[in-house]
Amino acid sequence: MTRECSVLLPRVCAALADPRQPGSDDTCLEKLLDWFRLLAKFDPSVELLQNNPCLAEFITAVLALPEPSPSILSFTLRLAGILAALENRFQHLQQEQLLVRLFGRDGPLNSMLWKDASVRSGWVHGVHSMMHHQPALHLLCHTGGLDVIFSLQGDPSLFVASAANQLLVDMLILSVETEMTKPASTKDCDWPACAQMIIKHIEDSLQSSSASHIEQSLKLLTSLFGSCRAPWTEVLWLGVAKQIESFLMEETVQAQHMLANLLLKMAWSPVFCDSEGSFWTLVASALEHLTPVQAGPLAVGLLKLYKCPQDVRIQALTVLLQPMDCILRAASQPLEYAGLLDESVGDPITVEGLLSSKSSCASLLCQTLAHLEELLSQSRFQVDLPCASLLHSLMTILQLCNGLLSPASALGSTIGRVLINCFRVQSSALDVLAALSDRKGCDTLIESLFDVLLAYLDSPNTSPTVLKKAFQATSKWLVRLQELSCSNTQRQQAEKILEDVFLVLQKRLCSPCWEVRDSSLEFLTDLIKCLRDQEEFRQSLLSSEVPRLTENLLEDPESYVRASAVTAMGHLAFITYFAPESPVLGNQYNKENTVAKLQEILSTDPEGFPRRAVISIFTEWLSQGCTGPLEDTGQFVSRVIQTVEHDLDWEVRLGGLELIQDFCHQTFCQLGLPECPDDPVSSAVTGSIHGSESLRIFCRAKLFRFLFRSLCDCDKTLGQRACHILLNLSNNFYPLGTPKDLDKTVDLPAGCSIAWLERTLRQGSLAQNFPTDGVDFEDPESMMLALGTIDLLQLYDELNKSSDHVEKSPQSLLQDILATVGTMEENEADCY
Amino acid sequence: SFQYCLSGHPTLPCNVLKFKSTTIMLDCGLDMTSTLNFLPLPLVQSPRLSKLPGWVLKDGSTFLDKELKECSGHVFVDSVPEFCLPETELLDLSTVDVILISNYHCMMALPYITEYTGFTGTVYATEPTVQIGRLLMEELVNSIERVPKAQSASMWKNKEVQRLLPAPLKDAVEVSMWRKCYTMPEVNAALSKIQLVGYSQKIELFGAVQVTPLSSGYALGSSNWIIQSHYEKVSYVSGSSLLTTHPQPMDQASLKNSDVLILTGLTQIPTANPDGMVAEFCSNLAMTVRNGGNVLVPCYPSGVIYDLLECLYQYIDSAGLSNVPFYFISPVANSSLEFSQIFAEWLCHNKQTKVYLPEPPFPHAELIQTNKLKHYPSIHGDFSNDFKQPCVVFTGHPSLRFGDVVHFMELWGKSSLNTVIFTEPDFSYLDALAPYQPLAMKCVYCPIDTRLNFIQVSKLLKEVQPLHVVCPEQYTQPPPTQSHRTDLMIDCQPPAMSYRRAEVLTLPYKRRYEKIEIVPELADLLVPLEIKPGISLATVSAVLHTKDNKHVLQLPPKPPQPPTGKKRKRVSDDVPECKPLKPLLSGSIPVDQFVQTLEKHGFSDVKVEDTAKGHIVLLQEAETLIQIEEDSTHIICDNDEPLRVKLRDLVLKFLQKF
Repeated sequence: MTRECSVLLPRVCAALADPRQPGSDDTCLEKLLDWFRLLAKFDPSVELLQNNPCLAEFITAVLALPEPSPSILSFTLRLAGILAALENRFQHLQQEQLLVRLFGRDGPLNSMLWKDASVRSGWVHGVHSMMHHQPALHLLCHTGGLDVIFSLQGDPSLFVASAANQLLVDMLILSVETEMTKPASTKDCDWPACAQMIIKHIEDSLQSSSASHIEQSLKLLTSLFGSCRAPWTEVLWLGVAKQIESFLMEETVQAQHMLANLLLKMAWSPVFCDSEGSFWTLVASALEHLTPVQAGPLAVGLLKLYKCPQDVRIQALTVLLQPMDCILRAASQPLEYAGLLDESVGDPITVEGLLSSKSSCASLLCQTLAHLEELLSQSRFQVDLPCASLLHSLMTILQLCNGLLSPASALGSTIGRVLINCFRVQSSALDVLAALSDRKGCDTLIESLFDVLLAYLDSPNTSPTVLKKAFQATSKWLVRLQELSCSNTQRQQAEKILEDVFLVLQKRLCSPCWEVRDSSLEFLTDLIKCLRDQEEFRQSLLSSEVPRLTENLLEDPESYVRASAVTAMGHLAFITYFAPESPVLGNQYNKENTVAKLQEILSTDPEGFPRRAVISIFTEWLSQGCTGPLEDTGQFVSRVIQTVEHDLDWEVRLGGLELIQDFCHQTFCQLGLPECPDDPVSSAVTGSIHGSESLRIFCRAKLFRFLFRSLCDCDKTLGQRACHILLNLSNNFYPLGTPKDLDKTVDLPAGCSIAWLERTLRQGSLAQNFPTDGVDFEDPESMMLALGTIDLLQLYDELNKSSDHVEKSPQSLLQDILATVGTMEENEADCY
Repeated sequence: SFQYCLSGHPTLPCNVLKFKSTTIMLDCGLDMTSTLNFLPLPLVQSPRLSKLPGWVLKDGSTFLDKELKECSGHVFVDSVPEFCLPETELLDLSTVDVILISNYHCMMALPYITEYTGFTGTVYATEPTVQIGRLLMEELVNSIERVPKAQSASMWKNKEVQRLLPAPLKDAVEVSMWRKCYTMPEVNAALSKIQLVGYSQKIELFGAVQVTPLSSGYALGSSNWIIQSHYEKVSYVSGSSLLTTHPQPMDQASLKNSDVLILTGLTQIPTANPDGMVAEFCSNLAMTVRNGGNVLVPCYPSGVIYDLLECLYQYIDSAGLSNVPFYFISPVANSSLEFSQIFAEWLCHNKQTKVYLPEPPFPHAELIQTNKLKHYPSIHGDFSNDFKQPCVVFTGHPSLRFGDVVHFMELWGKSSLNTVIFTEPDFSYLDALAPYQPLAMKCVYCPIDTRLNFIQVSKLLKEVQPLHVVCPEQYTQPPPTQSHRTDLMIDCQPPAMSYRRAEVLTLPYKRRYEKIEIVPELADLLVPLEIKPGISLATVSAVLHTKDNKHVLQLPPKPPQPPTGKKRKRVSDDVPECKPLKPLLSGSIPVDQFVQTLEKHGFSDVKVEDTAKGHIVLLQEAETLIQIEEDSTHIICDNDEPLRVKLRDLVLKFLQKF
C-alpha cells in the first residue's frame, strides 16, 4: 500500500462507517474490495491489519451500528472474509471476536437485515473468502454456520444459492484435505467432523422426497467431481451411488436432467474414468434410460473423451445418431437404404415419438445436429462417424424441410409435415453439412447433394439466414468437388454444377433484399479465395454475368453490400488482371478502371464499411505482390495514404497503417535488407546503400507524415501501431549495436524542427499542431534524424498504458469516495 | 339449407345458397382457363400465327383444318376465345333473389347470369369491387372486340368429333356450355343491377335473413359475407388475405360463432410465399434489364400490380434501374391507376393516413410524375412514339390469348435476352406459352397469390371455431402433383364437407328456433308463474301473424259481437275461433305421500311397483292402476268414471296449475 493510500484509508473507513453518509456507490465498494483482494494476496502477513488499524475499527464500528445499510454490511462481511483468508490475520481479527460477531449466530444472520439478499450474498462470499484454513472451518462448524449454508442452498436468490453450493464444495475439500488423518477407504472411512456433516447432508438430501433437495445435492456433487480429482471422491461416491442409480430407473423423481451433467463431470475425472468398477456400467445405463434430449449432451461429452471405453462409446454414438437414423429409415423405402445403425441397437420408439410430435421434433433435431457439428469440427480427436449415411440423412432432412421429398412411410410423412419450412432445422443441417465436407467417404453422393443445395440456393422460399448457410455449405463442397474432379466425366459434372451455381448467384446478386446480395458477394469472395487456381472455376466464373453484376454492386445503396462488393471485386482482380494468364476481357474490366473505382470509393463513400473494405483489399493486393514494381507500388501507397490520412473512420486510418507496414516489409525484402532487427547478419554492408534507398522510397511515398501524425491520433490503437512501425524502421536504420546518437549531434539546436517534433510528441500535442511548418517529412535526412533522436520506446510504453491508468489507481478510488463525502459535508454546511 | 355448387374452380366460385326462404348466389366467377385452348388474337397481323398448319386427323381427314391449327405439337381452336360459364342447369337461376360479390375477380360471369337467365334480383357489392370489376370487364370486352374474327368454330365441339381430338381438347369439359364474351351493353346492364354496400353494413333480405360484408384483406373492396338469421349464421369466406398489402386488413372477429363457414378462394400456389416471389420477381427483372433485355409482365390491370409497382418504386433506384422505362398498357390503365388513389377508405391504415398528409396513398403516382412509369391505352398511338428499349411492360391478358401482351410475345419471343415473368396465378404458364413455342425468351414463373394458405387457414379456423366447414373438394386433399404434402390441405374437426361442380349439398345444421315477437298489449296480459327458481311460465293465447318472414303474436280477437241489425251473419272465416283452454299442469308426484293420501281416502290395499320410467300404483280391490311417469300420469280403471274423477282430483292436488 502506498503511503498516500494509507493516509487516505482511515478517513475512507470512517466515512463508510458513518451512518449519516449516503449509501456509497456499489461500484466504488466493489473496486475497493478488488483492491483489498490484491493487497491481501501480495502481502501475506498480519501487517496489513497492524499498520492499518482503521480496518478492524471499521468492522467494529459497523457491528456497533444499530441499523447499518445492507450494502455497507455486505461490504463489511466480504472485506472481513478477504482479510481473514490468511490464518494470522484471522487470529488478529478474532482477538476481538470480530469474525464470530460477523459470521456467527448473533451476527447479521439473526437480524432483520438477513432478509436482504445482498447481506446473505455478502455473508456467503465472506465465508468463502475466509475458507482457506482450519480455524475458519472450525469457526463455521462450531457456530452452526453449516446449517445456515445448507439452508442457503435453496435461497430464492440464485446467486446466493449457487455461491452457497460452491462454498460447501470447497469446505468439504478443505476439511478432507486438511483434517483427514489417514487416506479414505471404502471399508473404514473416518471423515473429519465438518466433512462428515456435509456428506451426511448430501446423503440425507438424496434420500429425501423433496425434488429441490435432491437437485441441490446433485448440483453439489457435480461441482465437487468437476473440481476435485482426489481419490477420496470415489469413497464419497460409493456411499451415494446406489441412490443415484435409482434415480435413473424411477420416473417419479425429476432428477434425470441433472444426471447427465454429473456423470459427464465424473467421466472427466481420472478417479472414475480409469476405474474398473461400476461407473461405466452406470453411464451405460444412463445412456439407455435418459430421454434422447437428456442423453444427447452426455453422449457428445463421452465421445469427446479419449478414455471412454469402446462399448460405451458405441452406445453414445447410437444415442446421438438415432434421430438421424430414424429420419433416414422413415424417408426411404425399406430395402433401399439400411439406415445409419444396426437395427439391433437401441429402441427407436421413443425417438420416433419425439420426431413425430410438432413440439419436440425441431428441438431434438437441432440439438442432435448441433452435437454432430461439434464433433465434426473437433480437430484434435476425430470421432469416427458413418459419414456417407450421415450425409444421406442430412440431405433427407433438408429435402423434408423444403417439401421436395415424398417419404415412403407414414412416419416419414408425419415428420415431413412437421419439418416443412422449419428454418431452425434447415440452418442446423446446413451447418453440419458444411462441417462434413472435410470428411472422406461421402463422394458418391456429391451429385445429389448439389441438387439439394442448388434447390435451396434457387428457391424463393429460402430465408436469407438459411441462404447464407446454404452458401457456406456450397462453397465448402465446391472445394471438395474440385479436389475430386479427376476424370473427364467428373470434370464435366463439376463444370455443370459450377455453371448452375453461377446462374443462381446471378439472380441472388440482383435480389431486392440486401442481406441476400451481401451474402451472395461473400460467397463469391469465398469461392475465389479457395478456387482461384482452378482453371475450370475461372472459366465458368468469367463466362458468367457474375463479374459484371458484382461491379454494379459497387454502387449499391446499402453500405454493407458495397463493402462486400469491394472485397469481391478485389479478389476477382486476382483472376482477371493479376493472374499471369489473365484472359482478355472487355474494356470495362481493365485494371485501371477498377483501381480508380475503388479509390473513388475510398475518398468519397459516405459510409465507413466500404472504405475499410477498400483499404484492406489494397493491403491484400500489396501483400500478394500484385501492385507492380517497387516504384509503382510506392506511388500507389502514397496516393492511398494521402486519401486515408484524413479519413474520419479510425479503422480506415488503421488500415492505412497496415498498408504502410506491408509496404515497408516488402521494400526491405526487395532491397535485401534484413527486416528483423535482431538479425546479426545486418548492416554494415547493406546498411548505408540500401538503407538510404529505402528511406528515400518511404519519404517519397510520404509515409512519415502519416506515421508521426498517427502517433498523436485520438484513437490510441493507431498511435500504438504507428509507433510500432516507426520502432521497426528505426531498428532497421539503426541496427542493434549502432548507437543512434553517434551518427548525429546529441543536442539538437532548440530551433531545429526535429527537436520541436520531439518536444511536441512528448507533450502529445502534435495532432493540434498539424500541419507542422518546420518539419520536412519528405526529407530523408530529417527523418533519419527523427528516428534516431525521438525516444520511440518510451513513447511506446506511454501509449500502451491504458487511458484510465490514472483513474484506475487505488488512490484515485479513495479520493473519489472521500469526494462524495466531501460534497455531503459541504451541503451540510449549506444547511446551517 | 342447401348449397348448389355451380363452379368447379375453387378460386372462381359460384354457389347458390338456399337459406331460410331466400336464394342467395355467392359470387359468380368466370373460368377463363378455357381460352387456353384457343389461338392468341394478335393485334397486328402475325405471319407466324397465320401460317400455322391446319390440324389433320390420323386418318388424313382434313375437315377440321379450318377450325383447328397445330403449333409445336399442340392443337388450338382458331376462333374467338370462349369461356366456361357456371352451371346453369342445376337450378332455375331466375329464382335467385340476390347475388353477393366478394371481389372483382369473382364477378366476371355476372352479365351471363343477370342478362341471360331471367334474373330479377339485386346484386350487392362494394364500390371498389364494382368500379374495378367494371374495368376488368371493359378490358376483356375491349381486347376481344378489337380483333374481330371472321369465323367462329363450332364443329369441334360436336361430342363425336371432340372424342377424336388430342388432349387437352379431348378432355375439355362442358364445351357445349362455352360462350363467347359478353358485350359492353350487357356489362352496363348487369352493373346497373348492383347495389353498393359498405363494410359491416347490415342488409335485410325479406325480413328473414341479414347479410353483411366484412373486409377480407385481399383486394380493394374485397369482402367476406355473413349471412344470418336470428338463430343461424353462415360465413362465406372467399379470397381473403392476412398479409399487409394495400387493402384494409381482414376482419376475423366477426366470423366467430358461425354454424357453417364456407371457405373458398385460398391461395392457388400454397408452396410459394408471396414475399419470396416478389423478391424473385425483382431479381429476375433486374437481371434481364442489366443484361440489356426487356421484361414482359402479363397481368390484370388491377390488384397485385399496385403492390408490384410499390416494390419496384423502392427497388429500382437501389438496383440502378432508374433509367429503365416502365410501361403499363391497358385500355383501362389510366382509370385503374387513378381509381386506386381515390378509394382511401378501403385501404390499409398506413395508406389511409397518407390521404391526410396530403400524399397519394400509392407511390405509383410519383413514378408517373417522374416519368418512370408511363401508361397507355394500347400499343397503337402515343406508345409507339415513346417506346424505348430495354424496358419493362405490364400488360394483359395473363392468359396470353388476347390483349396487348400477344403483340409483345410475338415481338420479344425470339430473343433470349428478354424475359416474360408470370405473376398472376390463374393460368398455367406452360399452357399459356404453348402457342408461342418454340420460344427463345426466358420464362420466369413467380406467381404472387396473397390469399390465405393452409397454415393461415388452420389458424383462422382455430380462432373463429365454426361448427362446420364447407369447402371445394380440392382443399380436402393434397395437390395432385404433390400428393405427399399432407400439410397442403384443410385439417379441421369435424372434417370439412366438400363439394364439386354441379353438386347439391345439404348444409349440416338444423333449424331449431324462430324468433317471435309479442305485441305489448298481449305481453301485459301474461301472468308468469315461477315453477323453478329463475324459471317462470305463462300461458298465452294469441294469433300468430306471419308476414315477410317476421312472426308476431297478436291479441286474440274479441269474442264476436252479437250480430246487430238484421244483416245476414257473415261467415267469419278470417277470425279463428277461440275455445277456452284447459289449464296446464306442472310439478311431480311424490309417490309416498300420494299413497298416504290414497289411504286417507279409504283405499286400503295400495301397492307400488317401480318401473323403468316411474311407478305404478295398484288399487287391487278397485282393479285400478295409476301409472305415474315423468311426463304423464294415466289412470286406468274399468268404466268407473266417479272413481277416475276422484283419483284425478287426488293426483291434481300434488300439481300446480296455471
